[in-house]
Amino acid sequence: MNDVLDFVSRLVWWLLLPPLLPGLINKVKAWVAGRRGPPVLQLYYDLARLWQKRVVQSHVASPAFLAGPAVAWTAVLVAAMLMPLGPVGTALSFRGDVVLVLYLLALARFALVWSAMETGSSFEGMGSAREVSFSVLAEAALIAAMLTLSVQTRSVSLATMLAPLPGAGAVLLAAGLFTVLLAENCRVPFDDPNTHLELTMIHEVMVLDHSGPPLAVILHGAALKLLLFSVLLTESVLPVGAIAPLGGMILLLAGVFTITLGVGLVESLMARFAFRRVPLLLLTAVLLCVFALLVAWQGGSVGS
Amino acid sequence: MAGWFGGIVNLNVLIGLAMGLNLVALGSSRLPMLIRTMSAQGVLLGVMPIWLASEFDWHVALVALATVLGKGLVIPGLLRRAMRAVSIEREVEPIVGFELSLLLGAGATIGAVAATRWLPLLPEHSGSLLVPGAMATVATGFILLVGRVKAISQVCGYLILENGIYLFGLLLITSTPLLVEAGVLLDVTVGVFVIGIIVDRIQRTFDSLDTRNLTALRE
Repeated sequence: MNDVLDFVSRLVWWLLLPPLLPGLINKVKAWVAGRRGPPVLQLYYDLARLWQKRVVQSHVASPAFLAGPAVAWTAVLVAAMLMPLGPVGTALSFRGDVVLVLYLLALARFALVWSAMETGSSFEGMGSAREVSFSVLAEAALIAAMLTLSVQTRSVSLATMLAPLPGAGAVLLAAGLFTVLLAENCRVPFDDPNTHLELTMIHEVMVLDHSGPPLAVILHGAALKLLLFSVLLTESVLPVGAIAPLGGMILLLAGVFTITLGVGLVESLMARFAFRRVPLLLLTAVLLCVFALLVAWQGGSVGS
Repeated sequence: MAGWFGGIVNLNVLIGLAMGLNLVALGSSRLPMLIRTMSAQGVLLGVMPIWLASEFDWHVALVALATVLGKGLVIPGLLRRAMRAVSIEREVEPIVGFELSLLLGAGATIGAVAATRWLPLLPEHSGSLLVPGAMATVATGFILLVGRVKAISQVCGYLILENGIYLFGLLLITSTPLLVEAGVLLDVTVGVFVIGIIVDRIQRTFDSLDTRNLTALRE
């Protein structure tokens, strides 16, 4: 009975909290620009509205057009359920679950790209090509970050490996993971979620032809992914798992909101990078994570 | 190794920052950014003797002050002046692309840290990043010298290389006479001064700062 309650409360956290984050980011952006901005709960209204609409489907699209968003959303949700939530730990933990999470995120991207290609639109093909080519480097950085945590704690299970690094390694890892968060969630230096010029859009152009419930699922999945990466970043920088349950959860939430605030500030204060400069920034993220890995390795072999 | 000032910030953190600045220099695409990075690294290196010295020492403090002033103010000032005088575009033109040079620099840094294990160092230097930091910085200087087209970015490469040699010199800081340090700093400053004039000449003769023009023979 307790297990069921635990599972349901986790599901509620991962289903209900995510749409709040884009709302907060938009509020921060509006606040910096001196506007009033949309309500914080805007995405909840949007999702409810989209859910009631009907689906418009291209003649050339196969059923994968509808299956793609569903598979992507399920994959991200399963990955999220495997993430430990600070002091309360994970619902399900096994040796090597971190690899499963990485592959589920890759599967989600594949499903979304496939679904975008199904429409037969050249714009969506372009967006997919960009998404996939940027993710090659972002994934390398994410894997390096996971390796760092794994080397530091000598474990390959998310429940035990998400502990902060000592010293300089933590700063390197945090900077690297934050850059990965921005890249993976298509936020500003990499992609502009507000742009409506097909030639420069990445993630947004992939979902141009989706409508109704599939679009709602895609939007919710994107917000879910943002929450997943925020939780990951918070837990690999702050010792949330080591303190009392209530304080830990509050610290985790505070960390997630701080990251959201940071994303909003980055988005307000920076312009999007030109395409040819994006690989350089992603390479920087990879190097940050690789150097964090080296620091963790040196620290492990020299002392303690 | 910890000096009288060393309790506050570990020397290795400073050297780590300098090694990070190497990579920033390799990745920066604008000349002012490159000059700023180079001079920030110079200042960082300039304050290091204070961390190294076991007690306050006029000799060491003078070297530190001269280095900070020379590398933080005089040399970047001269370079900015030269840049303004010839009114060139501010883009760094790479022969070796930014991504590749960043990867090369990172490889050199990792290689330097790894290679230090096999070097026969004094026991008091074995835990320090001084030697790998120096090697990585010298390698960065070489990459910038070889991989950039404009004279000013090559000068920045040369100065970063000199920073690396200075880091090596820190191993012997207490036994080097002040005169040697001052001489080196003076040489570098005069070198940059002369290069400022040469840059102007190159610009007048070729209407660009591309040093590849200098290799073509003409009647």
